[in-house]
Amino acid sequence: MTDFDYAPALESRSIVTIESEYGHFINGEFVKGANHFPTINPSNEEVLSQIALGGAQDIDRAVASSRVAFESTWSKMPGKERGKYLYRIARIMQERSREFAVLESLDNGKPIRESRDIDIPLACAHFFYHAGWADKLEFAGVGSSPRPLGVAGQIIPWNFPLLMLAWKIAPALAAGNTVVLKPAETTSLTALLFAQVCQQAELPAGVVNIVTGDGRTGSALVDHPGIDKIAFTGSTQVGKAIARAIAPTKKKATLELGGKAANIVFDDAPVDECVEGIVNGIFFNQGHVCCAGSRLIVQESVAEEIVSKLKVRMSKIRVGDPLDKNTDLGAINSAEQLSKITALTKSGEDEGAMRWSPECALPKKGFWFAPTVFTGVTQAHRIAQEEIFGPVLSVLTFRTPQEAIEKANNTPYGLSAGVWSEKGSRIHWASQQLKAGVIWANTFNKFDPTSPFGGYKESGWGREGGSHGLTAYLKSAEEGGNNE
Amino acid sequence: MEFYGLVDGTEISLRKFLQTLSGVDQIGAEARAAMLATRSIKTSAKNWAIDLAISMVDLTTLEGADTPGKVRALCNKAVRPDSTDSSVPSVGAICVYNDMVAIARKHLDSIGGSHVPVAAVSTAFPSGRASMAVKIQDTQDALDAGATEIDMVIDRGAFLSGQFQVVFDEIAKIRTLCGTKAHLKVILETGELVTYDNVRTASFIAMLAGADFIKTSTGKVSPAATPPVVLVMLEAVRDFHQLTNHKIGVKAAGGIRTTKDAIKQLVLVNETVGSQWLSPSLFRIGASALLNDLLMQRMKARDGFYPSPSYVSID
Repeated sequence: MTDFDYAPALESRSIVTIESEYGHFINGEFVKGANHFPTINPSNEEVLSQIALGGAQDIDRAVASSRVAFESTWSKMPGKERGKYLYRIARIMQERSREFAVLESLDNGKPIRESRDIDIPLACAHFFYHAGWADKLEFAGVGSSPRPLGVAGQIIPWNFPLLMLAWKIAPALAAGNTVVLKPAETTSLTALLFAQVCQQAELPAGVVNIVTGDGRTGSALVDHPGIDKIAFTGSTQVGKAIARAIAPTKKKATLELGGKAANIVFDDAPVDECVEGIVNGIFFNQGHVCCAGSRLIVQESVAEEIVSKLKVRMSKIRVGDPLDKNTDLGAINSAEQLSKITALTKSGEDEGAMRWSPECALPKKGFWFAPTVFTGVTQAHRIAQEEIFGPVLSVLTFRTPQEAIEKANNTPYGLSAGVWSEKGSRIHWASQQLKAGVIWANTFNKFDPTSPFGGYKESGWGREGGSHGLTAYLKSAEEGGNNE
Repeated sequence: MEFYGLVDGTEISLRKFLQTLSGVDQIGAEARAAMLATRSIKTSAKNWAIDLAISMVDLTTLEGADTPGKVRALCNKAVRPDSTDSSVPSVGAICVYNDMVAIARKHLDSIGGSHVPVAAVSTAFPSGRASMAVKIQDTQDALDAGATEIDMVIDRGAFLSGQFQVVFDEIAKIRTLCGTKAHLKVILETGELVTYDNVRTASFIAMLAGADFIKTSTGKVSPAATPPVVLVMLEAVRDFHQLTNHKIGVKAAGGIRTTKDAIKQLVLVNETVGSQWLSPSLFRIGASALLNDLLMQRMKARDGFYPSPSYVSID
């Protein structure tokens, strides 16, 4: 052996117990579903379990249960007591973090390093953070006696299943709302494990209801008249449909939608850390990140150096078994997503951009896509405009700072952006010009429960995280409402 | 071409070159090193890494209390680290003060260890606070005594006060003195340079002036060979190779005490400069206690259980 070949270092999956079939979690109990669909491990297409397909009736029962819990228990409970439940949930999640991490990697395909070091710790942090808010709501910025909204319908995506659950449930519960949550069709397992945590924490029945299913289940939830607020994370297309559906109603909404983030590199950027940031920006979580830095906008004078270093770095990315602790890039979540990525990258080639991937052996079974970079991309290319939601980076260049900003803002989206420069004044200037909800300076894809996250334009409505996110689940006493 | 044709020995050319270097973002560099520290090296990969690490150890004793007897004992250990197992490779070198060089060289040759080089610390090690004449004499003594590797320290005072050319000239002079007789390792003492920007700048000054190796630390100052410092130096070496096609080695010294620490260093090498540097000719680990931990881990792999420390010779 002359090369340093890392031997397989597999995380044991024996820590998780996966039932052969799951029902919904309604009113504190698991109830059988009528119909089921399989959930698979995207890294090898193994069927992990059968998930219940929720219908209008299941949604109805769940909303009714949440309404009763809201009116009889949760909204009446002193904030301090609600906080105790949230702390308890957070601690149990921490204790069971290994279990959550393995299950997340099995069901989603993301590397265990990321589920273990990022997804699960951040999900716990969201519960801890919001637990602290529960008895301090009068300082959230909506008047001296803020009220909860009522029953929140929450629909989450498949890219960060447990983390998005935490982003949704933690602030809702802290503010005194009850929730009906629908996990994504392909990634329900950690939400169902979370349901067990709710039981373990002895959370009052009905405060959290979880109904699994597909898009139809989601639209039944959106359309249900007993819902006071919709919180959705997912595609812009579905977000628009939700906005249309609730327009004639009193339902409030927060929508966290797509993105096509610009990662702007100036000629004085710290090169190695910048290359690291580019890699983290687009290859983190297989690029299944709404705020992924999918457009690299680099100053022409350093473009060659940055791209050549990026390619060297990309050839070190370890693609493979998500449960291997040394894997950097896991499986694409579904066959459907893989075909979307494949189609969009083909359009990139057809439109004349230069495609490059490092040599890497992809597993035969499962859904896989090698890390890919396109150079010679222009604003007119589809791969510069459309969200690919995969490990595919488009590289564009600029000559003047103004041009960088114009290109960065030339998109219907506006979720996030990155700025790389050693010059503080330039970073501040660029951040003021960029139309994006989150801007990272000399880093990328950093998340914290205290920091509001959300987009401009078609990237969404409202913010999640921080006091901004909390107020989306509160109303002032003056707003009144039907829950008093 | 002298100085790789990148500088011409004048201060203005050195300053101009150093201005072309990009900065290092502290948070980013530390995050990258921390991420690489999560690599899980097990079974066959671990066994391979342990033997490689043993062959990279510069087995060191740099104490005021060093005696000929102590140095001879260390030489025995260097040639045959585990007397019960002849498959264990010899270490990379013996590293001593220059008055011990002749003793070490003679003893190594007498026990079949002529393949193990002797490295001498030099130029008023560890502080570097002496006149250039003393530093030159110090180095000459070591060369005369048979040292084939010179571990010199840079003048950190000069570096921190911005006199980069002074640092450069000292290294260049010692380089000339070593000629083809000895490999030159230049100790940056990163714990005193403090910032990663300084580490990168000092790495380039040393490489331009003729270092064969750049070395983190004397072992007398803490922090020493932290993973982010070694990462930044490896990146400098990689960039220098791209610029000149010359491969400069890196020696991580100070604070590397366990097999786990050593393997983390090898992972940094592997994923920053690549497998070409995974050789004692381009990567060394300066240590004393590390060797025994490597040996114990090796016994564990062979026998299936951890030996008592009593089964490993203390020196």
